[in-house]
Amino acid sequence: MKLSKLLMAVSAAALLSGGAFAQDKIDVKLGVLNDRSGTYADLSGEGSVIAAQMAVEDFKAADKGINVEIVSADHQNKPDIGSSIARQWYDQDGVDVILDVPTSSVALAVADITKEKNKIFMDSGAGSSDLTGKACSPNTVHWTYDTWALANGTGSAMVKAGGDTWFFLTADYAFGHALERDTAAVVEKAGGKVLGSVRHPFPGQDFSSFLLQAQSSGAKVIGLANAGADTTNAIKQASEFGIVQGGQKLAGLLTFVTDVKALGLQTAQGLVLTEAFYWDQNEGTREFSKRFAERHGGAMPTMVHAGVYASVLHYLKAVEATKGKDATAVMAKMKEMPTDDPLFGQGEIRVDGRHVHNMYLFEVKKPEESTGDWDLYKTVATIPAAEAFRPLADGGCNLVK
Amino acid sequence: MAEIFGIPAAALYGQLLLGFINGAFYATLSLGLAVIFGLLNIINFTHGAQYMMGAFVGWMLLTYLGIGYWPALILAPIIVGVVGMVIERLLISRLYKLDHLYGLLLTFGLALIIEGLFRNGYGVSGMSYAIPAELSGGVNLGFMFLPLYRGWVVLASLVVCLGTWFMIEKTRLGAYLRAATENPTLVQAFGINVPLLVTLTYGFGVALAGFAGVLAAPIYAVNPMMGSNLIIVVFAVVVIGGMGSILGAVVTGFALGLIEGLTKVFYPEAAATVIFIIMAIVLLVKPAGLFGREA
Repeated sequence: MKLSKLLMAVSAAALLSGGAFAQDKIDVKLGVLNDRSGTYADLSGEGSVIAAQMAVEDFKAADKGINVEIVSADHQNKPDIGSSIARQWYDQDGVDVILDVPTSSVALAVADITKEKNKIFMDSGAGSSDLTGKACSPNTVHWTYDTWALANGTGSAMVKAGGDTWFFLTADYAFGHALERDTAAVVEKAGGKVLGSVRHPFPGQDFSSFLLQAQSSGAKVIGLANAGADTTNAIKQASEFGIVQGGQKLAGLLTFVTDVKALGLQTAQGLVLTEAFYWDQNEGTREFSKRFAERHGGAMPTMVHAGVYASVLHYLKAVEATKGKDATAVMAKMKEMPTDDPLFGQGEIRVDGRHVHNMYLFEVKKPEESTGDWDLYKTVATIPAAEAFRPLADGGCNLVK
Repeated sequence: MAEIFGIPAAALYGQLLLGFINGAFYATLSLGLAVIFGLLNIINFTHGAQYMMGAFVGWMLLTYLGIGYWPALILAPIIVGVVGMVIERLLISRLYKLDHLYGLLLTFGLALIIEGLFRNGYGVSGMSYAIPAELSGGVNLGFMFLPLYRGWVVLASLVVCLGTWFMIEKTRLGAYLRAATENPTLVQAFGINVPLLVTLTYGFGVALAGFAGVLAAPIYAVNPMMGSNLIIVVFAVVVIGGMGSILGAVVTGFALGLIEGLTKVFYPEAAATVIFIIMAIVLLVKPAGLFGREA
């Protein structure tokens, strides 16, 4: 009798622990929400999905008891479309984390929804520094860059290098105005002077007229507060009108490696820009980028792709550490653990959700300096993590006490 | 320095010249649209996509076959024109008896498909296409630095526009064409192959778009969306000039380029809108357009 009771107890314990083992298997679902058909499709798009997959594989999630499923969708750079996908993902499809989301207006909308549903939003593609400022949320991580960091990097470096008078070519909408405002502040703080600006229609096609106005202003630096095709067109036409040859410098305030590739070195040479990542920085970035390119039609990763990879890696580490996917616990863990990955090196996620890491000032190579199709940048300066991003107190985020 | 309305005169001349150069693009593109509408009664919404194809074919010829700018300037429009003729034969020719709206919907759909295909194949960042060596550099005109290539664009566009106008209004072939539009049955009775004439006309209009595309390749980014940004403005130009009026399209194209150029100096924020404001006014005052015949 005693024996049978003992047996029962043992088997019950075995059952219970077996149940516990089964629960150890954690299912997480990641949603990559970005632009898959428009202006930002090359710098985010399918590449971000590949980056997320690579992070899951490199983490060996399956061996660690984490089942990861990745879904993706096209938000077409429209906040309404992005919002309805985010709601559907959270409410019906069981998505735990939304990744990437370029286009600030969409990112701000997704951040609100994520907070409402208490899920996790790890942004890589969007620029607005409001994501970790006025509009910050306990559920948002902003990984790769923001307008403040770009303005700070390019603006102060150019002034230091003697470019102390500026003229802005600004896309006439919220993003352009913000970029101009942030950069002008940096320039003036560093002792430079803004001589003027011209606001061009968005999207624009012919910038020659605005470039001539910039030329006649006599400013040493022409700041391009625009993005995508507007920037590439402006740079192309600046080269045609001999502006760089005439001694004025161009500063691309939001220029991605894909833009430089599209322009070609002949046109883009000498352009100074700030990015968070470049494929040819060290062994870690080269190794990742080589594997990435093999899966992405030969195209090297942008900093946005790199940010998706690194943020997925950090998220999975936090899931492993907390042995669960509870959003509050995982967010706390992600902010507590320092970040460390082969692409961004060491860093941390601040209380306002800002991931801080080194930023880099690059200059586009001359054609004769380049040894390959993607050999595009040389590093001018490294901006240490502590100086690269807006000080915690200045953002106006209500999580900062 | 002399000033006009608070702007240095030299700067103003520069801006006017730039406006004139942009006008050259408007003129070449709206000319193709006007030829197609005037002679075929088709509102060709694929025009922007065909302009983009012109630029891309130029780029492909250089990248895959090593064929440079000058041969491409002839070859690319022919290739794009032939593709256009195939589309006309297979699809558009079935819609001549129906309302304009059907042609508009078909060509709009085609434009989306073509742009989608190029986007899929080549991404959205665009391709670089260098200015031909003979035309790189520029001349200092005293009031501005004029890149040689821009000068060439104006020259080439003027020649093509005048040549087209001459061919349609002053030659025997043009007379056949105009007659075939007025009364196809009668012209056919004289032994002229009207369907062939119509196909060739469509091909020619499309080739003009392709030509503008090659001209644009070295100065604008060659990307799949380049046409859709421009096509709406070009349509406004055609409406202002009078639908189907060849001379109207050319003159309006250049004139609106100038007006847009001036807006960029005095109030840049309105540069994208000014053409549409003018369009609205013209439609109110003279619904058939400045050069159009009252229906």
